[in-house]
Amino acid sequence: MTAAEPFATPDGPDVLRVSGLHVGTGRDTLVEDVSFSVGPGERVGLIGESGSGKSLTALAIMGLLADELHASGDVRLRGVDHELLTAGEAERSALRGDTMSMVFQEPMTALNPLMRVERQIAEVLLIHGTRRERAAAAAAARDLLAAVDLPDPERIARRYPHQLSGGQRQRVMLAIALANGPELLICDEPTTALDVTVQAQMLRLIVDGVADRDAALLFISHDLAVVATVCDRVLVMYGGRIVEAGEVRQLLTRPQHPYTQGLLAASDLEAVDALGHLPTIEGSVPPGGRFPDGCVFRNRCPRGDERCTTWPGWTGTERSGYACWYPIGSAHG
Amino acid sequence: MSDRFVAEHPPPDVAGSPDRGRSWGGSAIVGATIIGVIVFTALVSFVWTPHDPLLVQGAARLQGASSEFWFGTDRFGRDVFSRLMMGARTALFVGVVAVSLAGLVGTPLGILMGMAPRWLSQLFLRTNDLLLAFPALLLAIMFGAVYGASTFTAMIAIGIATIPVFARVARSGTLQVLSSEYVLAARSAGRSRPAIALRHVLPNIGGLVIVQASVSFAIAVLAEAALSFLGFGTQPPTPSWGRMLQEAQELVAVAPMQAVWPGLAIAAAVLGFNLLGDGLRDRFDPRLDDSR
Repeated sequence: MTAAEPFATPDGPDVLRVSGLHVGTGRDTLVEDVSFSVGPGERVGLIGESGSGKSLTALAIMGLLADELHASGDVRLRGVDHELLTAGEAERSALRGDTMSMVFQEPMTALNPLMRVERQIAEVLLIHGTRRERAAAAAAARDLLAAVDLPDPERIARRYPHQLSGGQRQRVMLAIALANGPELLICDEPTTALDVTVQAQMLRLIVDGVADRDAALLFISHDLAVVATVCDRVLVMYGGRIVEAGEVRQLLTRPQHPYTQGLLAASDLEAVDALGHLPTIEGSVPPGGRFPDGCVFRNRCPRGDERCTTWPGWTGTERSGYACWYPIGSAHG
Repeated sequence: MSDRFVAEHPPPDVAGSPDRGRSWGGSAIVGATIIGVIVFTALVSFVWTPHDPLLVQGAARLQGASSEFWFGTDRFGRDVFSRLMMGARTALFVGVVAVSLAGLVGTPLGILMGMAPRWLSQLFLRTNDLLLAFPALLLAIMFGAVYGASTFTAMIAIGIATIPVFARVARSGTLQVLSSEYVLAARSAGRSRPAIALRHVLPNIGGLVIVQASVSFAIAVLAEAALSFLGFGTQPPTPSWGRMLQEAQELVAVAPMQAVWPGLAIAAAVLGFNLLGDGLRDRFDPRLDDSR
């Protein structure tokens, strides 16, 4: 995915446009040349193993990277004239929680333990001027709690986070993220910490929440089943790079990149090898910045050879394509 | 999942949540009781003491304990019990002013430095450690030499010397809070840095600061006594426990109990504040959860 191919989405300008995003510590490169875009109402999944750079990509977009990490590239948001990565902290914090917002993985720690739920929601409305008065913000907070299907919002509103269950807290987080009607919602593994029964409900709330606002969704997960339920389109990340992109159905049925195929095989709970073991991808994800030169998946790939010591480049369009010398469809291997 | 399993595997406690379901430990209660008695005594001394603590009665010098003079009299015939009551005032006053000064300056300084860029934070930490190594008593003696020895200079000096302690505690607490996910979430909601400092960091390090205040209070009381003993603190005729100890020292062969009473008072105050500090720490520090 080198030069960003120009393309147009059917629904007008993209909400989010990321071109050539790099994130690194100065010594190690953790995210390399990531480019993608998300249109209005579009739900894009970002999948990959831990350490593949999914969360860093999200944090870079939000401008919430730790001090020792540096991001470069070009990140644009619809309706914002300036580039986000180079914008000042004041400009970026004005966008966060308003034009773009984020739901984190761990609901148990993502709320301030010493503040009542109502106040935590009301604050995000007051900060961005969506509501001017405290009373109005508090009333809006209770409406938002009702909108995320929390029973008895009046009672929940008066509680402290530790008095709520994980699922309830995560819904509070979603209420906060959706409070100001963002154009872009980023969810970083929002259901990973929840029970399976609560997961489905949470996913439906997220999908409904973005659909109601015609917002763009960037959904980070390592769970293919969850991504298949939620997303229209999927980006597969490995080693800090996007290795494959495509419509969800097409990508899950006819993967091109060996890594995607490996992920799919590993999620198939019925398939077993001769010894009765579930299929896995050989080896493990190298630590950040220690990925091989050329194709990042080279050292774990069953199809790799000496040609893979150079980065294969992107084949196809930005919406649907892959970075591999020997895609699954080809005769090689 | 049976009740027994739940009982053996309680859910992890969330640091700083208001209802921890935890009772106050014994040391906090004992400490609070001792301090309560001292505070009560100090307050009563404003309206009533058995005798005038400053009244010199030549005829009643160096008497032993009696129904008239409960703890006896000193070499000027002043009632020791009344002087101890009034001395409690001095001790508490010095403690309150010194600890308030240190806490009100040190805590915001620590938060600020916790939120500063890494290099500035490190520079601050080193400077702070340097100041931390400077003894409070030495600073107070220097202050006394420059501005004249008095209760006021003593408590200001003790307060200034304690600022680095609060700054260090607040800084480390701030770093811990800043690395928490709710601060990241607050930032993702568009909260500005000053607002995060005020609404998220300050309330969540409150416990740490209160514990430190309690411990520093004990140290301040002891420092005032030591300074007064050396003549750099409270000046006669105002009673101070340290001063009383020093006056009694010369007569320890004649009237040993004269030295015991103020010594006991100092020990009780220090013990009380330390016990309270321990008890508060047990309650506020989540790391001690499983160790008890």
